[in-house]
Amino acid sequence: MSFVEYSEFIRDGDVAIVFLGHDSLMPVKVQSGAQTQTRYGVIRHSTDLIGQRFGSKVTCSKGGWVYVLHPTPELWTVCLPHRTQILYTTDIANITLMLELKPGSVVCESGTGSGSLSHAILRTIAPTGHLHTVEFHAQRAEKAAQEFREHKVSHLVTVKNQDVCKEGFGVTGVADAVFLDIPSPWEAITHAKRALKRKGGRLCSFSPCMEQVQRTCEALLSLGFEELCTMEVLLQTHDVRTVSLPLPDFGPKDGQSETTPNPAPDGTPSAHASVTCRTATPPREIAGHTGYLTFATKPRD
Amino acid sequence: MADNAGDPDAECRISDGDYVVLKRGDVFKAVQIQKKSKVVFEKQWFHLDNAIGELYGTTFEIAPGGTLQPRKPKHTESTTEAKEAGMDNRHIVDDGKSQKLTREDIETLKEQGLKGQEIVQQLIDNSTTFRDKTEFAQEKYIKKKKKKYESNITVLKPSARILALMYHGREPGKICHLRYDTLAQMLTLGNIHAGSKIIVFETCAGLVLGSVMERMGGYGSVIQMYPGGGPTRAGMESFGFPSHFHDTLHDFPLCKVNALLAGTLDLECKETEASETNGSSEKLSGPAEQPLIGAQGDTEEGNSEPQSMEVSTDPAESTEKEEREKRKELRAQEKKIKMEEKRRRLAAAAALLEGRNADGLVIASRFHPCPVLLELLKFVAPSRPFVVYCQYREALIECYTKLREQGGAISLRLTDSWLRHYQVLPNRTHPVLLMSGGGGYLLSGITVAADVSKPGAPQRPEEPAAKRMKLNKTDSSCTSSS
Repeated sequence: MSFVEYSEFIRDGDVAIVFLGHDSLMPVKVQSGAQTQTRYGVIRHSTDLIGQRFGSKVTCSKGGWVYVLHPTPELWTVCLPHRTQILYTTDIANITLMLELKPGSVVCESGTGSGSLSHAILRTIAPTGHLHTVEFHAQRAEKAAQEFREHKVSHLVTVKNQDVCKEGFGVTGVADAVFLDIPSPWEAITHAKRALKRKGGRLCSFSPCMEQVQRTCEALLSLGFEELCTMEVLLQTHDVRTVSLPLPDFGPKDGQSETTPNPAPDGTPSAHASVTCRTATPPREIAGHTGYLTFATKPRD
Repeated sequence: MADNAGDPDAECRISDGDYVVLKRGDVFKAVQIQKKSKVVFEKQWFHLDNAIGELYGTTFEIAPGGTLQPRKPKHTESTTEAKEAGMDNRHIVDDGKSQKLTREDIETLKEQGLKGQEIVQQLIDNSTTFRDKTEFAQEKYIKKKKKKYESNITVLKPSARILALMYHGREPGKICHLRYDTLAQMLTLGNIHAGSKIIVFETCAGLVLGSVMERMGGYGSVIQMYPGGGPTRAGMESFGFPSHFHDTLHDFPLCKVNALLAGTLDLECKETEASETNGSSEKLSGPAEQPLIGAQGDTEEGNSEPQSMEVSTDPAESTEKEEREKRKELRAQEKKIKMEEKRRRLAAAAALLEGRNADGLVIASRFHPCPVLLELLKFVAPSRPFVVYCQYREALIECYTKLREQGGAISLRLTDSWLRHYQVLPNRTHPVLLMSGGGGYLLSGITVAADVSKPGAPQRPEEPAAKRMKLNKTDSSCTSSS
C-alpha cells in the first residue's frame, strides 16, 4: 500500500480506510495484533485485515460488516484528522488540472495545513516529481511529515517549517507550479516567482475573501504574471430517490353528472391517483462557498 | 538528449512536426507544425515556418504575406496614457457619429501595413467621444479595439488544461459538452496516476483519453474501449506525447467484450480475407502468445522489421510483369503483417482486461452509460474508483439505480459542478456576466468485492438491522433492498 501505488492485499503497516456507510469513513493503521472499535463491533487486524484483499467485506464482532478500502487521496480528504480548514476534492481537482500537474512536476505549496491537497499533488506528480511544502506552524509541519512517511510518499516531498511570506520556499528556479493557501498571498508572490522555473510555470492562490483576491491579483500583475483567471467552483450533489406525486381530482367532467367512471366507488381517491417517478433531489444545504481560485502564468524570464 | 549542444532551452524550442496550440486572446487552436502549410485561425491565414526554432510561449505578429514575426517582449505597451477622462457618461450620446474613420479608411490603413497597435491609436485619435469617456470606459474601449485589430498569436505547448479549454470553447459538441472543471473532477475522482491500469471509454474526440494519458505520464497502461470500426484519437494526438506514451496505450472493441467475458474470444481466425494461408497464421500464433503474458509496453519494432527486409529485396533488372507480381506480393505481405499486428494488439489488450484487475474506469460518451458501465465494471479490481460522465442526469440516475440493485459498488455519488469566473479589477470586481449553464453530470463510486458468502442469493436476508437502517437513513437513496 502507498498513496501513489495500488496493491491488492492489506499488509502489516498499511493504512486502510474502513467504510462504515455513506459519508462515514475511518482511517486505520494496520498493525499485527491491534484492534479497532467501530459501531458494528471490533475489527481484529491480524485476522480481519492482514492478508485480506482491499475492497473486501469484513464482519465485525457484533455481526455488522464494513468494507475495507485501499487509501486514495480522495478518501483521505474525507477522513483525515483536521488540524486546519482543508481543501476538498472539487477545488483540488480544478487546482490539479489548471496547474497542469502531471508525473514529474515539481510543485511548491504553502501552507501544508492538514495535508489534504498535498496528498493529491503527490499522487499526481509521482513517481518522478517533487513537492516542496512549507508550513509556518511547527507542530503541523512535523505531523504532516510523519503522515507522509506512514503513507509511503516521503521520498517525494520536502516539508519545511518556515514562513513563506518571509523566507519563501527555500528553492529557486525549480518549480513548474506554485500553490498558495495563506492569509496574505500577495506577500508571497515574489517568493513564488523566484521558486518557479526560468521557462515559466503556473501559480494558484486560494482565498476565501474577495479582498485577498484583489490584492493578490494586483501583486501578480505588477510582477509580470499573465493570463490571470479567478474562478469559483461548487459541487452540487443529487440524491437519487423515488418520489410519489399525487394527482388532484378535478371533479366530474361536463355532462357526466355524478357518476365518476375511474375513481374507486366509495369516493376515496383511487390507488392510481398518483404518479411515482425516479428523480434526484438536491440536499437541503450545500457548501455555498469554499474559496476563490486565482490562477496565473509566469512567463519565461 | 538532456544536454543538447549547450542550449539549455533545447527542449523548449518549437520544431517541425510538433503538435502545438495557437492562442489569440482566449481562443485556442491545436495544430501540427508543418513547413509551408497554411494555417487559418480567427479568420487570418499564415505559415508557421518562422515559429520553428523559437521558444514555446513566444508571441508572434502576423506580417503581411502571412509570415510570423516574434514580437518584442515589451510589457509597457499602453496606448497613450489617458490624460483626459470624463466623470460619467451623461454627455455620451450614441448617434453613430463618434468615430470619424469609416470602414474603408480602416481597410486602407490595414492595406498600408499599419500594425494593430497603430490602428487602435488612429481609432482613438479619431473618436470624438473618447476623451469624455470615464477612465474605466476608455480602458474597456482600448481592450475591445485591441482584440479586434491586433493579431498577436502565441504558440503554446499543449496540455490537458489548454485542450480542454479549447474544445469547450470551440467545439463543445465534439466532446459531449464536457466542461473542463468536470474533466478535472473525473481525473481526480478516478485517482488517475502513474503506474495504474485504466480503462477508458469515451466519445470525446480523444480529449479524455489524452488527459488520462497525461496524468499517467507514460507509466502503466491505458485500455481504450471503442465502439464501431476503430478508436477516435484526434484529441489525444494533439497532446503531442512522446512515442513511449503510445506504447502504453491499448485498444479493444466493445463488440468483442461479450466474447472476452464468456471466454470465447477468438484471436485466431480474424476476418482474414481469402483465407490466407491458414498454416502461417497458426505458426505465428506461437510467438504472439508472449505479449499475452508480458502484456504492456511490448514493442512494435518486432513486426516492422520483416516489413523493411521485404522491401529491400529489390529486383535489379525486372520486366514489368515481374514488378507487378512483386508489388502484388508485397501488398499481400503488408496486409498480412498489418492483420498480424492488429491481431497481436487485440491479444495484448485482451490479456490486460482478462485479469479483471483494472485500477480504474473512466466513461464519457454519447452512448447510454448504463450498459457500458455495468459491462466494463466487470474488468475492474475491488476497491478501485470509477467515474462516468453523461450530459444528461436521467441516464446516470438509471446507472445509480442498477448499481444499487446489483451491488459491487459503494460510495455512489451523482454530482455536477457550478463554475463561475470573476473579473478582478480595482473597484470593478464582479462575476463575469456570462457563465456556463451546466458542465454535465458525473456518477462516481468505488468497486468492492462481490459478496461470496452466499453465492446465488443477491443479498443476505439476515443483514444486520442496525446497518441497514443506518444506510437507508444516511444514503437518502431509495431502499437498497431488492
